Amino acid sequence: MERIPILRMGRQLLVTIQVDMHDQLALTLQDDLTARIVKDRAKGVLIDISSLDVVDSFIGRMISNIANMSRVLDAQTVVVGMRPAVAITLVELGLDLAGVRTALNVERGMALLAQVE
Amino acid sequence: MRLRQVVRERAIAIGFSLVDQTKVVTAASELGRNTIQYGGGGHARVTLVESGARRGLRLEFIDKGPGIADVSLALTDGYTTGGGLGLGLSGAKRLSDEFAIQTAPGQGTQVTIVRWKNA
Repeated sequence: MERIPILRMGRQLLVTIQVDMHDQLALTLQDDLTARIVKDRAKGVLIDISSLDVVDSFIGRMISNIANMSRVLDAQTVVVGMRPAVAITLVELGLDLAGVRTALNVERGMALLAQVE
Repeated sequence: MRLRQVVRERAIAIGFSLVDQTKVVTAASELGRNTIQYGGGGHARVTLVESGARRGLRLEFIDKGPGIADVSLALTDGYTTGGGLGLGLSGAKRLSDEFAIQTAPGQGTQVTIVRWKNA
């Protein structure tokens, strides 16, 4: 089955979403990521969405869910690399990703997670 | 989803800006998901439309599912019968220049949106 790779860097998990996400892949990522947070005792999750040219309400909800699940598991989530056109569309769609931390790029996202820890 | 690629290609072909491409592809994704999830599958049609000097894309989503009894309720942000966020229909409407819905209980649903290219 197709899966999105999850990399570990110290106490952080790094996920780079590079493919056009379909629904099953998004659900698999939620399962895999929560399992890895526990197994690796991760304190932070960084999700790089710079390759995504579309984030619809399904993917937006998945991102919110991951952030909420991570928080319950005592890990912080940062979403990085959102494209400007995606940001404009998401807000117009009615999704504001409340409660999800964002940063412009991976470097800033990592810095943010290091601070929180 | 294959639909998103087709819509993206057509939007690029008629010269939509990157933001407009993103909006119309996102709207297509929302409505396509509704067709599959609530309509039990159906078909989508993508058409180039012209009005004077304006050009745009018309997207139609047609299913033979259960239909919608209360359209204004279904268009309310946050209303869902499927466990989603309830933003699909209302969000797609906001992302479109024109929006029409034909539906009745037991009669299926047809949603038509148009997005015009900005001059």
